[in-house]
Amino acid sequence: MAFDPIFQMEGIAKSYGGVRALEEARLAISTGRIHAVLGENGAGKSTLIKIMSGVVQPDAGTMRLDGQAVRFATPKAANEAGIFCIFQELSLIPDLSVADNIDLADPPRRFGLIDRRTQRRLAEEALAKAGAEDIHPLAQVRDLPLSRRQMVEIAKALARRPRILILDEATSALTAGDVARVFAVLKRLRAEGLALLYISHRMHEIEELADDCSVFRNGRHVASYAAGSKSGNEVVELMIGREYSHVFPPKPPLPQEGPVLEVQGLGWEDRLTDISFAARPGEILGLGGLDGQGQRELLLALFGVLRGVAGVVRINGHPVSIGGPRAAKSAPLPMALIPEDRKTEGLMLPMSVADNLTMPALDNLSQFGVIDRRREAAAIREMMDLLAIKAADPAIPVGALSGGNQQKVVIAKWLMLGPRIILLNDPTRGIDVGTKQEIYQLLRRLADAGSTILFYSTDYDELIGCCDRVLVMYDGMIVRELAGDEITEHALVSSAFSLPGKAEVAHG
Amino acid sequence: MARIAGGDFRYRFAEHRGTLLAAAVFLAMFAIYGANHNAGFSTLVVTTAANKGVLLALVAMAQTLVVLTAGIDLSVGMIFVLANCLASQFVVGDALETGFGILIVLGAGLLCGALNGLIVIYGRLQPIVTTLATGAIFYGLALLLRPVPGGEINYDLADALTGDVFGVPASLLMLLGIVLVIWVPLRRSVTGRAIYAVGSAEAAAYMSGVAINRARFTAYLLSGLLAACGGLMLTFVTYSGEASAMIGGSYTLNAIAAVVIGGVSLYGGAGSAIGAIFGALVLRTIGDLLFVFDFDPLWQPLFQGVILLSAVTLGSLRLLRVRNRLDLFG
Repeated sequence: MAFDPIFQMEGIAKSYGGVRALEEARLAISTGRIHAVLGENGAGKSTLIKIMSGVVQPDAGTMRLDGQAVRFATPKAANEAGIFCIFQELSLIPDLSVADNIDLADPPRRFGLIDRRTQRRLAEEALAKAGAEDIHPLAQVRDLPLSRRQMVEIAKALARRPRILILDEATSALTAGDVARVFAVLKRLRAEGLALLYISHRMHEIEELADDCSVFRNGRHVASYAAGSKSGNEVVELMIGREYSHVFPPKPPLPQEGPVLEVQGLGWEDRLTDISFAARPGEILGLGGLDGQGQRELLLALFGVLRGVAGVVRINGHPVSIGGPRAAKSAPLPMALIPEDRKTEGLMLPMSVADNLTMPALDNLSQFGVIDRRREAAAIREMMDLLAIKAADPAIPVGALSGGNQQKVVIAKWLMLGPRIILLNDPTRGIDVGTKQEIYQLLRRLADAGSTILFYSTDYDELIGCCDRVLVMYDGMIVRELAGDEITEHALVSSAFSLPGKAEVAHG
Repeated sequence: MARIAGGDFRYRFAEHRGTLLAAAVFLAMFAIYGANHNAGFSTLVVTTAANKGVLLALVAMAQTLVVLTAGIDLSVGMIFVLANCLASQFVVGDALETGFGILIVLGAGLLCGALNGLIVIYGRLQPIVTTLATGAIFYGLALLLRPVPGGEINYDLADALTGDVFGVPASLLMLLGIVLVIWVPLRRSVTGRAIYAVGSAEAAAYMSGVAINRARFTAYLLSGLLAACGGLMLTFVTYSGEASAMIGGSYTLNAIAAVVIGGVSLYGGAGSAIGAIFGALVLRTIGDLLFVFDFDPLWQPLFQGVILLSAVTLGSLRLLRVRNRLDLFG
């Protein structure tokens, strides 16, 4: 690159419990430039910026700021060096006012006490700098809508006079008007000599803003190029190309039965918009797209966890209104949701494997409220065999099992109910390859037995290998439906980034 | 600017709504009490009520600090009792000796608070268990010090602090002084704000570079100090020390009730010690009201429960707006 970099990373590696997140990663950013980082789910983008901003420590590699080797043990250390990050998960304190939040760690002081008048003035200045003068500095953050909070977050970073500003999907919660204002701000900051690192899945934003781009794949840096020097298609080619490491069971031809689950015009708050689809028995229907595009909310909406959901859901042709997991269990066809976070939503970690397994099915295993111990034991044995759960004894706490076996327990406990509609929320995240393959086979067996499976995965290989059809979501909408041979990595990535693929036009 | 100033008022009001509500409830109750008391708002009536109220108010302030960090302190009542026993031993003699005695009592409170804070921060233990255990220790120490009730106090000082100054209860003035010296500066300091930040969203506070441990430690430290102030005041009222588990336990629980009535969120991060003071005064006035209306004192716990339940219900109205049911459990 023609510019002297202000900040460089070389040979950065980071693993989380044996899973490689980054390997030999590098990045160089310069003042007065906006540098975009691109990559699909799991490419290592978030780990990279977490390392830059002192949230996690790299296992190996060097970072240089102004040519000097640096290490950031805490976010505070990175902040002191002038590196500020606007995270996707907000760093605002909901119970404090906007002004309190903007200079949270280092407010102006007089005689050792916070000088509220100066603080108020600084907050107004920072909000003006971020183009958010409409936000009252005394408003409580809790009461602001998400898009306003995001603007406060940006103002908060600007108030601290950053040298390097990292924006991680900072525009994903913003309204179109806000995005335009933020862009104007970012361009002004660039002109003022800031170095900006911009992470976004919105290609048109990157095209409008970026000077330089770097593409990451599988935790490695694969290319850096000047913005505009590559076509959208070439960029997609750079992002894909993962190593195939999974074996998938063959897909049988789809039975041509009528749909079991029909969804029409489903909407929730501003996170889901006009979702319509139908799923047949025996079908594995994938949900694709980048992480956080409403897939999780869609599953929760079907399972009755969300309030105020618009639209119609039909099961076996009957409109249903499911008020919660308990109702979902006994809907016309029993439904199960394998949650994403098995530690909080899936399992009661200190309780035994056996107790966890039978928890949802206790109603079926008991008479007059008394649990039939013999039937319970038989059911537990059956499930542990079916899923090959490796536990020394059903009485040991489930928290003592490996991640893969824990996930099997989560799946098994819902299978006990004999669900006919199974919703899976990224069930293979963070588990080993062997267990993954067992899960793929199980899913296919369940489908062959006539269950309908809705399968959200952040791993495109899984969608390609497992699913009969894939609905790609973007910004709370279904932007594309892929079926059969159409499900390719190229099609998935390009529609996930909402780019028109090769001679294909998005529909749906 | 006029428009903005009007806006300011709205936000300021929202911020202090809990405190103002507790204050209004208290004033209404106390007005009814005074209007129906045979002696009316006489200095004696007000001073007696103030002396009782200030004791709980101090312990409630102590509890507030810990609750703001999203913790709970079950040892405040025991620190209160320990301070009472220490005071009945050391706060005697001439002015100098009395002064030293007060320092010993307050120092002990600080030590107790520091111990709680260190265990919670570095042991990473839940505050509820930690303070349950340390509370038992503090009570044990109090019992060793004063196996049977007794002791004495500097009577001149005690009479001065439980009397009145030109018709204003001295204990109220002392409470006002403590608020001005401890709470107001804390509320406006960086550490004080960090206490709110930690209680409201610890991860976000950490990400923003807030000194989390210092905030927690300060909260527990000052909590111990305030509880000890309460214990000292108790000695001035009773002229003696008593290691009573019942007093300790009831003050701990009533302090939690006072905190809730005062609009402090048990989830942490929201509320004010001023609100908790009014919460304590509300609780104390219930008993007085029953007295003037000739109710059996046996009714007191029932009425306290009803008031507490109403306060909690007000606080949970917000849950009706939750759209994702999983957020109810967060």
